[in-house]
Amino acid sequence: MTYQTQRKSGWLTVTRRRKVQEAGLAYLFLLPTLIGLLLFTMGPVIAGFLISFTNWNIFLPPQWVGLENYQTLVSQELPHKVFWNTLYYTALNVPLNMIIALGTALLLNMRLRGVAFYRAVYFLPVVSSTVAASLIWTWLYSPNFGPINYFLGLVGIQGPPWLGSTTWAMPAIIIMSVWKGFGTNMLIFLAGLQGIPQELQEASMIDGANRWQRFWRVTWPLLSPTTFFVLVISSIASFQVFEQVFVMTNGGPAYATTVLGLFIYLNAFRYNNMGYAAAVAYVLFALILAITLAQLKLQGRWTHYEL
Amino acid sequence: MDTLRTLKTNPAFVPTTPKRAVGATALYIIQRLGLHAIVWLGAITMVLPFLWMFSTSLKTQGAAMAYPPVWIPNPPLWSNYIDVVNRFPFGLFALNSLKIATLGTIGQLASTSLGAYAFARMNFPGRNVLFVILLATLMIPGNVTMIPTFVLFNKFGWLNTHYPLFVPSWFGGAFGTFLVRQFFRTIPQDYNDAASIDGAGHLRIFASIYLPLAKPVLATLALFTFMNHWNEFLLPVIYLTDQDKMTLTVGLSYFQLQYTTLYHYLMAGTVLSTIPIFVMFIALQKYFVRGIVMSGLKG
Repeated sequence: MTYQTQRKSGWLTVTRRRKVQEAGLAYLFLLPTLIGLLLFTMGPVIAGFLISFTNWNIFLPPQWVGLENYQTLVSQELPHKVFWNTLYYTALNVPLNMIIALGTALLLNMRLRGVAFYRAVYFLPVVSSTVAASLIWTWLYSPNFGPINYFLGLVGIQGPPWLGSTTWAMPAIIIMSVWKGFGTNMLIFLAGLQGIPQELQEASMIDGANRWQRFWRVTWPLLSPTTFFVLVISSIASFQVFEQVFVMTNGGPAYATTVLGLFIYLNAFRYNNMGYAAAVAYVLFALILAITLAQLKLQGRWTHYEL
Repeated sequence: MDTLRTLKTNPAFVPTTPKRAVGATALYIIQRLGLHAIVWLGAITMVLPFLWMFSTSLKTQGAAMAYPPVWIPNPPLWSNYIDVVNRFPFGLFALNSLKIATLGTIGQLASTSLGAYAFARMNFPGRNVLFVILLATLMIPGNVTMIPTFVLFNKFGWLNTHYPLFVPSWFGGAFGTFLVRQFFRTIPQDYNDAASIDGAGHLRIFASIYLPLAKPVLATLALFTFMNHWNEFLLPVIYLTDQDKMTLTVGLSYFQLQYTTLYHYLMAGTVLSTIPIFVMFIALQKYFVRGIVMSGLKG
């Protein structure tokens, strides 16, 4: 009997030792990931939060100022404008991008000659760098020599000065961003459309549903998880828009296109206000968190998961 | 171009083929023609800016500023490209971009595939929590981590070096780890069982079974990582100050500041920076599609 129990516990320690060994090896495999998580993500998130309570120009030691940076942010007018500019950009960019992406995905999901070629062409702007695309579009928007205003002139419209106008600079950046970015979402939608079982489409066709009904009753509900995913990632990306604004307008004219991403960059690396920039970055973080959580919460109301 | 056919066409969306009446056939033809017209119009809108870039890059300064616009420069001024390369060290910028993108890509592949294997096939306490935390970091905007990371690299003495641009890629990343893990999970567990009966440990199984099988997904990840490093703009703007250290994207933006009105040169520079990534896309497009499909769908 003693022999029995001894043997049993011996077995136990062997399996436990194996488990410990495996866990140790797993952490070894994950070592780069863990270091990265601590050094480049979690650490900076905490450090950034602390920096946001200081006055710091990076050369002298930081001074603790409590909530001063956040108070400045609330009381001054410019951060408000920057905040609204960012919302304006996101509120137009995300829906436009998604509608065009879904529309082209539906088109390019049909049996068309050369469909693969078209898909590649629609995706091309995604591959180019935002800097290159911004330089091209700055030129396209040129009020005096640019082809956009030339085409508008052909149909009798006097084109606006686009990037030089406080009213039109932001729409101009949004148009360029939609052109540049919708290809990714188009491919995600295409993949989603392919995941919809053929039988359902065929069954609804036999039942006499027209194309409009088929879209709203079959495709749209079954595509809703994809739509939700696209909505979340597009919103997160939109709130961080930076490069096209930096290159095309540098935030102007008269701060009409200064978005949070640019405002943070300017404060941190041009004006050396690390503390204030960190505070603005945290507001952006809170905004993204709030919007993402709201979307997660609301998704049950309109998304449909097939089980 | 036909590799984008990896996504099949869906016959359910094809207009029903009516063979009964002539009127219906006519309607069908009109529908098809309309459809092709729309798709073509869209394709032209997508390509036109690039054609404009190329056309402008071959113009004289006068033709670049002409109104109404000159569409096809006559004669094409190929010497613009030589002028641009002589005025600005685009070759050096391209080398810097290539170095950063290659080193970053190698590190990203190595670190994420190791991590992905642990998440996919190993048991350890805290696995699920850690995975969720990793995925949640996708929500953290780069603006939040940018300032403390800058301070950290400043402490390392890495300002005005290339290290900050590729070293972080050596330490994993949510997107890559997730992508590779999803693929690893599709490899049958039986392979692990068989191999461990033969006495192979995890390291051996990872290196001789999982890595070779994961070539397609690793190619996809390599492509995305390379492209992101190549196109990255904010980080080189923050970290690099010497002109001879700059990458193509930053070089291009400085070029713009110096030659605001020389649009024919500016567009020639843009063409030079865009061509490598376009060539890569056309050659390897099926991997792009696969990456987006895999990361976007199988949550």
